[in-house]
Amino acid sequence: MKNLKTTSTLPCRMNVGKTPREKYLAKRRNDKIIVLLLQIGLLGALIGLWELAAKVGWIDSFITSCPSRIVKTLSGIAPAELFKHIGYTLAECIVGFLTASVLGILIATLLWRFVKLRKVIEPYIIVLNALPKIALGPIIIIWVGAGAQAIIVMTVLICIIVTVISVLNGFMSVDEGKILLLRSMGASKLQILTKLIFPANVPALVNMLKINVGLAWVGTIMGEYLVSTAGLGYLIIYGSQVFKMDLVMASTVVLCLLATAMYLGVAAIERAAKRRYHID
Amino acid sequence: MALLALDHVDLIYQTEKSETEAVRDLNLTVDEGEFIALVGPSGCGKTTLLSMIAGLMPPTGGSVTIDGEPVTPSSGNVGYMLQRDNLFEWRTIESNVLLGLIVRNELTADTKAHAVKMLEKYGLGDFRNHYPTQLSGGMRQRAALIRTLAFKPRLLLLDEPFSAVDFQTRIAVCDDVYSIIKSERKTAVLVTHDISEAVSMADRIVVLTARPATVKTIFTVDIDAPTPLKRRESPRFSEWFDRVWKEVTL
Repeated sequence: MKNLKTTSTLPCRMNVGKTPREKYLAKRRNDKIIVLLLQIGLLGALIGLWELAAKVGWIDSFITSCPSRIVKTLSGIAPAELFKHIGYTLAECIVGFLTASVLGILIATLLWRFVKLRKVIEPYIIVLNALPKIALGPIIIIWVGAGAQAIIVMTVLICIIVTVISVLNGFMSVDEGKILLLRSMGASKLQILTKLIFPANVPALVNMLKINVGLAWVGTIMGEYLVSTAGLGYLIIYGSQVFKMDLVMASTVVLCLLATAMYLGVAAIERAAKRRYHID
Repeated sequence: MALLALDHVDLIYQTEKSETEAVRDLNLTVDEGEFIALVGPSGCGKTTLLSMIAGLMPPTGGSVTIDGEPVTPSSGNVGYMLQRDNLFEWRTIESNVLLGLIVRNELTADTKAHAVKMLEKYGLGDFRNHYPTQLSGGMRQRAALIRTLAFKPRLLLLDEPFSAVDFQTRIAVCDDVYSIIKSERKTAVLVTHDISEAVSMADRIVVLTARPATVKTIFTVDIDAPTPLKRRESPRFSEWFDRVWKEVTL
């Protein structure tokens, strides 16, 4: 009996001086590290398997490309040339993203303020939302010309309708009691907007930005597929037409990195906004 | 002269489906410093009546005046306290309390000092820089009351202000609010469906009829006790409760 007792208490010795809280936090930290390691490991395994399959001949690297050929392709392009393409795509995407977000919030604000306008515009927004914006491609090209401006217009069109709908939705669902309170203090419509509607919708606005990052990339790349002489979308289309899968894959990888970077940028804005507006 | 006067007030409001007569020929005067409770069958238009007194909804007939002047929200004569505290979660308690002054463009060093002094006087001084989610329900209600008092309205309107506070704290919060209103010497009109609340707080209880609402009876409560809690302890409390309850349900 005595022996049993000592052995059963032994494992506890390792945790001497640790409160349950410390143990819990240590476990949380360990879990996080494990998940991160597994994520990195999975990526490494996929890249390794891809390379291996291509080298051993399980897959035809002429069609599937492979990591080493992607690296070779990227280093083969002159840096100035590569950055020109990245610059074009990034500029189109960011300009489209910002225009759509600002214009969308502005339109949503007007629709919130003017009830009659909202009622008139509503069916148009529903139809525009249902319409696949890519169908407007030829019209856009004829109207604004085949160039970066057409790609930006495409990006704006894809983002803006969703922006207007989601922001307006947020504006309309602000607590009636709070509006009544401000009105009883004699607040003007503008004060209700700046003191209540905007700050109450910070989470909704940040969410909208996150959705728009993804949509803006869709718009930009689709736009580049339609019309472009430069950009990552152009490289992908060009690569597929001349059957250089290495170029297609390399451009896709770069695109992936850019989209991630932009998402992280918006996530940083989200953290700052949450601190500023004390959102949990 | 009475502070608040409702003179032959009618209110008919239109919706797509029908026309509703909410208030008919209602007459009531409230003197400076009085505490009035409005009770009546549910759905009788008590909240509608408060909206009219706040100037948020003009009557379709008759007049609502404060010191002889028709009410408007921008006059700043009326402070409206709603069922929920409606504190803005992204503002600190102090900045919530100053909201009315900011909206009314009356924020000066003096008015701010007055508001901060009230926070300190009523036990929220240490919570000035806290956010509403960090406060208990009772403290939030107190902060909401101070926000209403900060721009010095002549008349306070309380629309079931304790209905969102849980039952255990309700009686304590009720005492709190009452003592603040009395020490600031404010005139108040309380709307409630809770007859015991009306009996414990009001100088006069106005019983309204079912819709269309009009004044049925006015009771002058004569229980001599300094606070709502002491009134509840008085032997005459249940007698008054019965009288008002019978009048409301009759």
